[in-house]
Amino acid sequence: MLKIEAVVRPERTSTVLEALTAAGVKGYSYWNITGKGQQEGVEVFTGRGGHLSHRAALPKTMIMTVVPEGMKDAVVDAIIDAARTSGDGAIGDGKIFITTVEDAVRVRTGETGDSTVM
Amino acid sequence: MDTGSIAWMLTATLLVLFMTPGLAFFYGGLVRGRNVVSTLMYSFIAMGVASIVWVLWGYSLAFNDTGNGIVGGLEYIGLSGVSMNEGDGIPDLLFAAFQMTFAIITPALITGAFVERFKFTTYLIFLVLWVTLVYAPVCHWVWGGGWIGSLDGGALDFAGGTVVHINAGIAAVAAAILVGKRRSPGLEPHNVPFVVLGAAILWIGWFGFNAGSQLAADGVAVQAFVNTNTAAAVAAIAWALLSYIHTGRISAVGVATGVVAGLVAVTPAAGWVGTMGSLAIGLGAGIICHYAVHFEILHKLGVDDSLEVFAVHGLGGIWGALATGIFAWGALTDSDGGLVNGNAGHFIANIIAVVATLVYSGVVSFVILFVLDKIPGLGLRISEADEDIGIDISSHGERGYVADGAD
Repeated sequence: MLKIEAVVRPERTSTVLEALTAAGVKGYSYWNITGKGQQEGVEVFTGRGGHLSHRAALPKTMIMTVVPEGMKDAVVDAIIDAARTSGDGAIGDGKIFITTVEDAVRVRTGETGDSTVM
Repeated sequence: MDTGSIAWMLTATLLVLFMTPGLAFFYGGLVRGRNVVSTLMYSFIAMGVASIVWVLWGYSLAFNDTGNGIVGGLEYIGLSGVSMNEGDGIPDLLFAAFQMTFAIITPALITGAFVERFKFTTYLIFLVLWVTLVYAPVCHWVWGGGWIGSLDGGALDFAGGTVVHINAGIAAVAAAILVGKRRSPGLEPHNVPFVVLGAAILWIGWFGFNAGSQLAADGVAVQAFVNTNTAAAVAAIAWALLSYIHTGRISAVGVATGVVAGLVAVTPAAGWVGTMGSLAIGLGAGIICHYAVHFEILHKLGVDDSLEVFAVHGLGGIWGALATGIFAWGALTDSDGGLVNGNAGHFIANIIAVVATLVYSGVVSFVILFVLDKIPGLGLRISEADEDIGIDISSHGERGYVADGAD
């Protein structure tokens, strides 16, 4: 099994989730995060609204799912298709991290292995 | 007794009282989320402490005129002898209640200078001392029969430009100097909607403040009403345009601050100037206060007046006092008017009032806080560790936003 963690633009979240479902992913979690990558930060008003300051970190969404190894390419392609800015993409579209998961257990039945995430 | 005026003044009293929770949300939105409860409470608790001080002795010190010009007497202690049935158009007791709402919001304004770090228990004692030793005497000087109100030429302060705003603005500087800088100032306001909500409540409440200060339901109150709105509107738009020129965007917090700046500046002038005068006052306030905030004047001097109380209330109030001397209209002031009418008397008297308030409030506020800082068990500032985890948890045992997932 693989854990796939994708950092995406917040406005792309629902599109990516739909693409994951279409690719056969049964479950996922996601949460709001704040962080810094290649993308420049943002200028924000500080204090009582008289001047701007630079804020390096930006809001993003972290989407996490665990899938059988055979689904890796389909899931990664689905995320890229859904998260990439139209055209050639843009800095800030996000990143995908893939790690190996030793095992998973379904709490209701106690079963283990790929069937828990299928 | 004029029942129409009584009905209006009861309403105006409510409007001004509601400004203090409005201020609580205004300031609360500007700080970090971990300090929002404390910031709200600095204002909210003033409705408790200052109300009690006012009815016990504050009103008497401000308005029991014994002719010495400096401070009132003790005849009205506990509001004894303050009639619910007799007075000048409205009952004296209603006047005392209306004035109480001013004594509540003025110290609350100061708190913007020391949010996120001022010890709450010391603050409660500060409230008692400041209303007694600073607010009540200055109020007496201007409105209670004291020396500023008796100046040759006639100092004009319709609704509290000196008594409330300059007074609070300079006390804020004293407090910011003594309490010191925040360990790590937050970058952005944590809740812009709170700021806009608070500004809206202040804007609406200010009609009670300014039009109510006529103490009657009459034509001057109507003029003050229109002036109040005009100045707020112009200052807001001026700030919006300056924000756009300097940053390419229009800050909501900036516009909200512009509203307050315009309201502050028109306060001393409210019933003394015509509509076009209020327009000029609002424009000046928007420009002056914007640049005071834009250039971070006090911060560059190392004074962390965190929420810019002096830039908005101090400088806005000083501009308003000077502008009242400029734009006062003879037909409204029942005198020779301001500089626009060719009379410098009001202008000069207002300068004296401004300087006296700056000096007295600045010095006495500093001394009060200096002494409180030295008293064992008190002190002005919470510990570094308490400041780092947030004053809400350390001083109040509460959090503004509980989002543990396990609640």
